[in-house]
Amino acid sequence: MNKRRQLEERFFRLCMVLSLILVLSVLVAILLTVFVKGAPALNLAMITQTPKGGYYLGKEGGIANAIVGSLCLAGGATLLSLLAGLPLAFALQREYSKRRTAGVTRLVLDVLWGVPSIVYGAFGFVIMQYLGVRASMLGGILTLTLVILPFMVRAMDEVIRMVPLELKEISYAAGATVWETSLAVVLRQALPGIVTAVILSFGRGIGDAAAILFTAGYTDYLPRSVMDPVASLPLAIFFQIATPIPEVQQRAYAAALLLLIIVLVVSLGSRVLGQRLARNILH
Amino acid sequence: MGRAWGEMGTRVIHSLRARSRQDRVVAWVLRIALASVNVLTVLIAVGLLLKSMPILRTQSLGKLLLSSTWKPLQSQFGLLPFLSGTIATTVLAMLLAVPVCLLSAVYLAEYARSRVRNWIAPVIDLLAGIPSVVYGLWGVLVIVPAVRVLGKALGYSTTGYSLLAGATILGIMVAPIIISICTEVLRAVPTEARETALALGLTRWEVTRHVVLCSSRRGILAAVVLGFARAAGETMAVLMVVGNVPRVPSSLFAPAYPLPALIANNYGEMMSIPMYDSALMMAAFVLLVVVALFNLAARLALLRFARDEQ
Repeated sequence: MNKRRQLEERFFRLCMVLSLILVLSVLVAILLTVFVKGAPALNLAMITQTPKGGYYLGKEGGIANAIVGSLCLAGGATLLSLLAGLPLAFALQREYSKRRTAGVTRLVLDVLWGVPSIVYGAFGFVIMQYLGVRASMLGGILTLTLVILPFMVRAMDEVIRMVPLELKEISYAAGATVWETSLAVVLRQALPGIVTAVILSFGRGIGDAAAILFTAGYTDYLPRSVMDPVASLPLAIFFQIATPIPEVQQRAYAAALLLLIIVLVVSLGSRVLGQRLARNILH
Repeated sequence: MGRAWGEMGTRVIHSLRARSRQDRVVAWVLRIALASVNVLTVLIAVGLLLKSMPILRTQSLGKLLLSSTWKPLQSQFGLLPFLSGTIATTVLAMLLAVPVCLLSAVYLAEYARSRVRNWIAPVIDLLAGIPSVVYGLWGVLVIVPAVRVLGKALGYSTTGYSLLAGATILGIMVAPIIISICTEVLRAVPTEARETALALGLTRWEVTRHVVLCSSRRGILAAVVLGFARAAGETMAVLMVVGNVPRVPSSLFAPAYPLPALIANNYGEMMSIPMYDSALMMAAFVLLVVVALFNLAARLALLRFARDEQ
């Protein structure tokens, strides 16, 4: 009897370890595949040139249009989300709203975060159609903002909520108003977490393709104005992998490697920066 | 001297009044901002619903959802192939992912030392952060050929772009969310419950199964539902490997065509065919409603679980 139970224990422990190894090895496999396939295709021309004539048949050119486009789209969306999201994250705190209202809105934001980005893309498309605007950088930025805003607000909300009440009470006792306390004490104390949230949102934004598929369009040129269509890395991968020409597929691999590097740097960067900034606050 | 004090006094009062007015204004602005989030949510749903009204006027919802004839040129927009494609890929993905994720989460929550846990959590986050097109690319390079080989070995003629390939990629993509939420849920079970059971002479696995998993089953279910909703809405990666043939999938190795892929694939031509855009927006609306309801249910369950554990 005891032996059987011990066997069961060992068996399940083995299953668990194997499961975890499976998950981790998939991650390693993805990273390895993209690096091995992408590294030979990645060169200076790839990063610095825009597509030239015959590019999609395998001739000269690079994906600078997609790199710059993606940075603009994700950067713009992150900036807009920050401008809209920081006040929202403060509005969720109990200084500003009732517990019930905040609870419901948190729930709404969580649900919004779960809404597929293709739905935001479709909604953005509907609005742009209604306004008579064609696919453009502005449309892409606004749609991408919808995608990352809920995540950013909830992430900032969680860190702002962690600011100890005592700290705020000291500020109130010194005569500061609620708003002054929010700015001078709470914002400062929550800053490392806010920075992490913003960087992570950028990472989410730059990888999203479904939302900008309808709204940002695609172009071979570097973005000139926010009303023009704009290229992006995810869509560069998506379009180029679908062609039958090996040279063009190579560029999809290179674009994927670039995107992956950006996402990895963002992920690591947010962690490092968050920890470094956390040294300056009270624990 | 007295006058100077008086002046200073009034200045302080003035600025105090101004400051508290500023405080009230800010509070109102923030309250309005908060309300606008909820308004926006309704607006998204209403916008998509309005766009799908034209087609709902010509055909009943039941017919649209349950007909399997997809011929846009003849104004026949049966969504059944796409609904079944979404359900098939998603359910299969969950069957593949849930056991592995649950076992991983149990290991992380119950067995792993905190050093291992702290080391693995960021790695899982990394997996969650990989863009979906990169998953799709990996699927095209690795999963699709593997499925082709497997299908051939089992006697199916398949290109590899199939239901199984889509489900595998989806399963991998939802793993991080299921693992991290499950780990959190399991760790919320109080240590006393475990210690009591251990003291009764149960092995670690028996404690896990009879005490920990049992008392956290609602939270685990919520994690699975969240993963399910995420998988149902995932677009690009699935689109790249699933084959996209508008037919109810007949086997694991047959191509499928989930709803998000339908929307993403056809935006270019939807303006040239009457009712096409309306049909696609209805697809988006259906997707939104289903995913939002699943998310809502799961979030409520998690909130309730958190309250019960406290």
